[in-house]
Amino acid sequence: MGQITLQGVQKSFGPVHIIKGADLDIADGSFVVFVGPSGCGKTTLLRLIAGLGDVSGGKILIDGKNVVDTPPAKRGLSMVFQSYALYPHMSVRGNIGFGLKMAGLPKEEINRKVEAAAATLNLTSYLDRKPRELSGGQRQRVAIGRAIVREPKAFLFDEPLSNLDAALRVQMRIEVTRLQKQLGTTAIYVTHDQVEAMTMADKIVVLNGGKIEQYGSPLELYERPANLFVAGFIGSPKMNFVTGENALQRGAATIGVRPEHLKIERDGASGWQGTIAVAEHLGSDTFLYVDAGALGMLTARYIGELSLHAGDRVSLMPDPARIHRFDESGNALRG
Amino acid sequence: MARMATTRRVMISTAAAWLFGFLIFFPILWMGLASFKTELEAFAIPPSFLFFHWTTENYATVQERSDYLHHAMNSIIIAGGSTLIALLIAIPAAWSMAFSPTKRTKDILLWMLSTKMMPPVGVLVPIYLIYKSFGLLDSRIGLVFILCLGNLPIVIWMLFTYFKEIPRDILEAARMDGATIGRELVYVLTPMAIPGLASTLLLNLILAWNEAFWTLNLSTSSAAPLTTFIASYSSPEGLFWAKLSAASTLAIAPILVLGWFSQKQLVRGLTFGAVK
Repeated sequence: MGQITLQGVQKSFGPVHIIKGADLDIADGSFVVFVGPSGCGKTTLLRLIAGLGDVSGGKILIDGKNVVDTPPAKRGLSMVFQSYALYPHMSVRGNIGFGLKMAGLPKEEINRKVEAAAATLNLTSYLDRKPRELSGGQRQRVAIGRAIVREPKAFLFDEPLSNLDAALRVQMRIEVTRLQKQLGTTAIYVTHDQVEAMTMADKIVVLNGGKIEQYGSPLELYERPANLFVAGFIGSPKMNFVTGENALQRGAATIGVRPEHLKIERDGASGWQGTIAVAEHLGSDTFLYVDAGALGMLTARYIGELSLHAGDRVSLMPDPARIHRFDESGNALRG
Repeated sequence: MARMATTRRVMISTAAAWLFGFLIFFPILWMGLASFKTELEAFAIPPSFLFFHWTTENYATVQERSDYLHHAMNSIIIAGGSTLIALLIAIPAAWSMAFSPTKRTKDILLWMLSTKMMPPVGVLVPIYLIYKSFGLLDSRIGLVFILCLGNLPIVIWMLFTYFKEIPRDILEAARMDGATIGRELVYVLTPMAIPGLASTLLLNLILAWNEAFWTLNLSTSSAAPLTTFIASYSSPEGLFWAKLSAASTLAIAPILVLGWFSQKQLVRGLTFGAVK
């Protein structure tokens, strides 16, 4: 079991409030991603759950039991650090087995469990190597091995893939997701990369300035962002925001349209007129950055190749069903 | 072609490295050679390099005139004692500054280092007088104390940089893995800190062994280490080059052997933090 509940969790360093009252319900076996810009408090919140920091207020319940006064090791969680944090003087075997050794398990059992974990992660032939003799991806796998071998209630991942190169990151992303599904263990994963969040999560927590902006499934966040911040943060390229007359006509202070929901017409007369400033041709997609005068810069995405170039005049027609409306304070208007 | 050019470059730089190494080593070599010459040959012009009358009489004289073992023992006690005490004080100091720094930590470190910028001669008179009133002149305890204090800032600085290098994440990983503070110390911290501790110990041992200002000024005979032993051969009656060389060779021999066997640690200690 690994159900984690946060009730009004707060953290301040002196007069600075890092986490301003977080409430969250993480179901057993789910993969939850904390995402947000740097300094939003996502790592702090993870460390509070881990027990590496003390809460300033509120409760953290693991399987219904408040753990705010429980030391990290007794919470039954394991953590994968951004820097891997492997013990440099121990072999891979020693690294993976360290937690079990501290728990006082007999040697044979430790060996059996370490070998099983190593087999899952394709590390069997590296068991007697030191961390410095491994590549980045292998080190990351050792760190994951150290986490899974203890059969924790939940895994905590602190930006574990950010030190890997792009290709390896995609591969490890899939491996981590698969492993988590296979083990069925609750996972909390911190990242600033919204693509990682969208692809890995069952549910995403969007954090900003120490506050939870929205909690929901990736598609919920994409289709029904709760406010301007979430709307702008989730989705790439970023959602276009338009204020003024266009928004007022639709009864909102700001309207938002995603680049993929703008219909592009060459020399069209209707819709938003503009001149292409930059055109990016990726083959699979075409991104247009359009200078639309008073509306500002708008981004449009076309699936496939579109032979338009900088300087061409285009008109952009927003898909009426896909227009997001926000009030003055930035909250989404429904209906 | 390219390969030949590379080979030639390697050869030239190897030769240059050997030449440079020889230049640096030459004074020690010359001292060693002079110690086997007679006093006349020792300052003969032109000097004879290898073809002279080899003799060990200088060593015999030196041992006869002044007790080498007595001074060597003093050196070992003074250098070893001051190093150990400095480490005992420096480890917790550096530890707390590295792992729970405060607003003032940087200032304290700088202030400690700044004490090394002051020329020791500036405080010679007050320290001499204090030592005199406490009966510490020409005592091993007095020398251990002053060398320990003198090297403490460097020891703290070195250890601080080593401890600083131990990533906090690793300590936190150990905590997540269920290690208590005691086991964290035994299984994680100490093994990681040993290389740093070893090179600090070695370097400080060498510094203390070679320290000549305080040892010469605060000791005469009973606590006198090898530095005083060497100095006694430059006397008002004139320099006895051969005997001086023999005394010096004897004095540096132990530390030279120690340095030779711990080269790896020493180089790591000296270049630590320079290359990452």
